[in-house]
Amino acid sequence: MTVVYSAPVPAQTCAPETAERRDVLKQRGQHEVFCGLTSIMWLHRKMQDAFFLIVGSRTCAHLMQSAAGVMIFAEPRFATAIIDERDLAGMADMNEELDKVVSRLLARRPDIKLLVLVGSCPSEVIKLDLPRAAGRLNGEYSPTCRVMAYSGSGIETTFTQGEDNFLAALVPDMPAEAADAAASLVVVGALGDVVEDQMMRVFNGLGIGPVRFLPSRSSTTLPPVGPNTRFILAQPWVGTCAQALERRGAKRISAPFPLGEEGSTAWYRAISDSFGVPEARFDAITAPGRDRARRAVERYRPVLEGKSVFLFPDSQLEPSLARFLSRELATSIVEVGSPYLNRDVVGAELAMLPDSVRLSEGQDVERQIDRVESDNPDLIICGMGLGNPFEAQGRSTKWSIEFVFTPIQGYEQAGDLAELIARPLMRRSLLKVGA
Amino acid sequence: MELTVWTYEGPPHVGAIRIANSMRDVHFVLHAPQGDTYADLLFTMIERNRKRPPVTYTTFQARDLSGDTAEIFKIAAREAVDRFKPQALLVGASCTAELIQDDPGGLAKALGLSVPVVALELPSYQKKENWGAAETFYRLVRAFAGGAGKPEVAPEQASCNILGPSSLGFRNRDDIVEVTKIVEALGIRINTIAPLGASPADLARIPQAHFNIVLYPEIADNAARWLKRQFGQEMVAIAPIGVGATQDFIAAVAAAAGVDVPDGLTADGAERLSWYSRSIDSNYLTGKRVFIFGDATHAVAAARIASEELGFKVCGLGTYSREFARDVREAAAKYGVEPLISDNHLDVEDAIIAAQPELVLGTQMERHAAKRLRIPCAVISSPVHVQDFPARYSPQMGFEGANVIFDSWVHPLMMGLEEHLLQMFRGDFEFHDDAGSSHLGHGHGAAAETAGGSDTAPVAAEAAEPIHTQPAAAAATAPGEPSWTIDAERELRKIPFFVRGKARRNTESYAAQNGLNPITIETLYDAKAHFGR
Repeated sequence: MTVVYSAPVPAQTCAPETAERRDVLKQRGQHEVFCGLTSIMWLHRKMQDAFFLIVGSRTCAHLMQSAAGVMIFAEPRFATAIIDERDLAGMADMNEELDKVVSRLLARRPDIKLLVLVGSCPSEVIKLDLPRAAGRLNGEYSPTCRVMAYSGSGIETTFTQGEDNFLAALVPDMPAEAADAAASLVVVGALGDVVEDQMMRVFNGLGIGPVRFLPSRSSTTLPPVGPNTRFILAQPWVGTCAQALERRGAKRISAPFPLGEEGSTAWYRAISDSFGVPEARFDAITAPGRDRARRAVERYRPVLEGKSVFLFPDSQLEPSLARFLSRELATSIVEVGSPYLNRDVVGAELAMLPDSVRLSEGQDVERQIDRVESDNPDLIICGMGLGNPFEAQGRSTKWSIEFVFTPIQGYEQAGDLAELIARPLMRRSLLKVGA
Repeated sequence: MELTVWTYEGPPHVGAIRIANSMRDVHFVLHAPQGDTYADLLFTMIERNRKRPPVTYTTFQARDLSGDTAEIFKIAAREAVDRFKPQALLVGASCTAELIQDDPGGLAKALGLSVPVVALELPSYQKKENWGAAETFYRLVRAFAGGAGKPEVAPEQASCNILGPSSLGFRNRDDIVEVTKIVEALGIRINTIAPLGASPADLARIPQAHFNIVLYPEIADNAARWLKRQFGQEMVAIAPIGVGATQDFIAAVAAAAGVDVPDGLTADGAERLSWYSRSIDSNYLTGKRVFIFGDATHAVAAARIASEELGFKVCGLGTYSREFARDVREAAAKYGVEPLISDNHLDVEDAIIAAQPELVLGTQMERHAAKRLRIPCAVISSPVHVQDFPARYSPQMGFEGANVIFDSWVHPLMMGLEEHLLQMFRGDFEFHDDAGSSHLGHGHGAAAETAGGSDTAPVAAEAAEPIHTQPAAAAATAPGEPSWTIDAERELRKIPFFVRGKARRNTESYAAQNGLNPITIETLYDAKAHFGR
C-alpha cells in the first residue's frame, strides 16, 4: 500500500516540553520494587520455546518462587544456576560449571530452542561475562538451540526493565527485512495473546500489514527488521529495545499507550497516520471498539469519580494508568511514582496529566509512605509488600503487579482495566466486617 | 554451581529477616541491591502480616558501586534508628552486598548509634535460610542475655523459656497456644517465649528461667546450647507433635521442672486421635504406605505418628535440613527405609515415584508432586505457603495438634467403605477414572486443581503448564518392557484407578523377574498373589 507520512499529532510535539517544565521529585532511599528477573514470569510464558536460566544466587531462585504468585510448582521454563562458594573461591571454574549446568539442562529439556542466560546482581558484581559464555555455548548447541544473554540484575534493572533488556538483546538476531519490502509494523512489548489477536483484527480492518509482535510467541519467528519497518511501543518499559530497533533502521511511531478508549484510539491513530489510512476508514473500523470501551469504562465511573489516587513506582505503566484514571474515570491523581521516567517514551502521557499531579522518579519508600499519610488518598496503587500493611490501616489498595500480568490494553480490555482498579473500592463497600 | 528450579529454603538473610520480624523493637538494616525487597511480601502476603517487616534495605544500584555504597549503608542505618527507634539494630548483608565487602557491622559500630548493634555474618554462598535464622537468634540471645553472669533464679516456682517459634514457621502461631496450655497445666511459669513476640529486653530475661523448651531446633538449637553452657539451663528438645511425643514432652518438662504430672493432663477427653485410630473404620489405614519429607523436626515426628499412632507403613523418610540430617538418618533406620537427605525437589519427586506411596506427607513442593502423581497428600512442614496460615486454629503440637493431624492426614485418603465399594463395583459410571476422585478435588485429574488457589493472578496461569519431564508418570511403555494382552489390559482396567498404577508396576516387575511376556490375566493374578495387597 502507499505510505503517506502525516504530521504528528499535536500532543506529541508539545509533550516533551510540558514534561520538562514539570517538577519531578527525586529522592534517594529504599526502593521497594522488584528487580528485572521478575519479568521472566511472563516472558517464559510468552515465548514458549525459550528457557530462562538465571545465573545468580539462592536469593534469585527464592525471589522467583516467592514473586511468582507466592509459589508455583509446575516445572517452569526458568531455573537458577546458583553460584556457590567453590565458584567464588576459584576452586571451580565458573565457565566450566556453567557449561555443565547447561548441558544437564538441555539434556533434560530437548524441546528448548532458545536458552537465555540471565545475569543477576552477583553475576554482574563478579563480572561473569555471560554474553561471552553465550557465544561459546552457541558454538556447541546452535542451531538446535540458540543461546543468548542479557542482564536482569537488580543493580541495573527494575522489574519490567528486564523485559526491555531481553528484547534489546533479541534485536541483533532479528532477520533483515528485504530492502524492497513493503512497509511493515512491529508492535513492541509483551502483550496477552488475546490482546494481540484483537489488535490484529483492527490492523486487518485498517488495511495495515504485515504486522508482527516482539516478543514473538516462538524464538524462531522473530520479526524481520529493516529501514521499511515501523514500530510502535505497546508497553512503556521497552525504551532500550526501541533504540536498538532504530539502530537497525526501523522508524518509531510515537503515541500514548493503548490503555483506555482514549489511549487505544491515539495509539491506533498514530499507526494509521503513519500508514496513511484514510480518516473515514479509521473511524469506521475503530468506532465499534471505541463505543464499547466507553460504555464498559462508564460503568465504573461512579465508583472512581472524584476519588484521589496515589501511584507507587512499579512497572513504568504509572503515567499511562494515571492518564486513564484522570481523563476517563475522573479521579484526582495525587502522586504518580515511577521507577524511571523516560520522557522520550511517556512524554505524551505526562502532557495529558493535570498540573496538580506530583511526579516522582525513583523512590524513598519511607518518605513516600509519609506522603500517603499526609495526602490520605482514597486508593493506593502499590506493590505486594505494601498492600496489606496499608489495608490494615484502613486504606484501599490495588496491587500494581496485576497491570503487568493481566490483559488491559486495547478497546476490549478498557472496561477490565477500570474494573480492576475499581474492585478494591467496590469490595470495601460490600464487606460488613472490619479490617 | 547448582541447577535449581524451586528451593526449600531461601538465603540466610531471609532467615535473619524472619527473626527480626518475629520480635518486637528490633530493626534490621540489610545491605542489599534493589530487588531484594521481595522478601517483604513473604510476610505481608504469605503470612498476611499487618505491618511491613522491620527491615531497611539499602537497595544500592550499579551506579553506586563505583561510588560509595558504604555511605549509602551508613545513611540507611542512621535514618532507620531515627525513624523506627528500635531497642536493637541488626545489620547484615545479602548475597550481592557480601561480594562488595562493605562490612556493615564495622560501619554500624563506627556510627556511634544510640542503640546496641548486633552484626550478622551471613555466608550466602554457603548457608541457607534456617541456618541464618538460627544464627541470628543465637547472636541476639548472646548479645542481650550474655551480659550478666548466672542470675539468681527464684526457687519457689519452676519456670521455663519456650524457644524457637518464629515468623513464617509452620503453624507456630497455634503451637505456642497448645504448648503454653500444657506448661501452665504443669504449674510451670513461662518466663519468655522467643523469638516470636519477644523484645531484646525479654531476651535479657532468658537466663532467669530454670530451663529451656526448644520447640524448633532448626531455629533455637544453637541458642539453647549456648544458654546451657553459659547458664546451665537444661533443654527439653522433644517436639510435642503426636500423642506419644506430647506425652514424652510432658514427662520431660515435668522432670526438668521437678513437678508431678497432674492426672488428666495426658488422658483428658480432648485428645481424640487415639480413639479415632482405634475405631473400626480406621482399619483401612493399616499398612498404608506413606512417604514423609520435610524439615527434620516435622519429618521425624510425622514418621512416629504414622507408624505408632495410625498404623501406616513408612515407605520413605527424608529432609532438606542438612544440619539435622543425623536425626532423620536415625529415624529412617528405625523404620527400615533409606534416608533421603536432599534439597533438590526433583530428587524427592523421583524418590516418591520409586516408593509408590499411598499418602505423601511433605511440604508444598511434595504436595504439587503428589498432585501430578495423583497421590493423596497432606502438608506437614515449611517452606510455607499462604494456605499454611489457615484462619482457623490449627496447631500441630499438643493433643489438639494430634487431632488436627488425624483429620488433615486421613481426610485426603479414600474412606474405608468407599474403597470397598469401589472394589466391588469397578465399572461404576459415576466413579471411574475420567470422573476424577472426590478426595482430590473436582474436575478431571491433576490439572483440575489450580496451584495455590487464589493467591495471585500468575498462579492460575502457571497451573496449566504441561509437565514435560515426569519419567514415571508417563503412561507410554518404553521399548523392551513387557506387553499386555488385550484381556489382561481389560482386567487391569477393572482395578480401581487409585491402585491401578501400582498393580501395573507390580505385575510388570513380576513379569520381568520371571521372564513372562506378554502379560496375561494369569500373570496379573500371579503377581497379585506374589505381592499381597
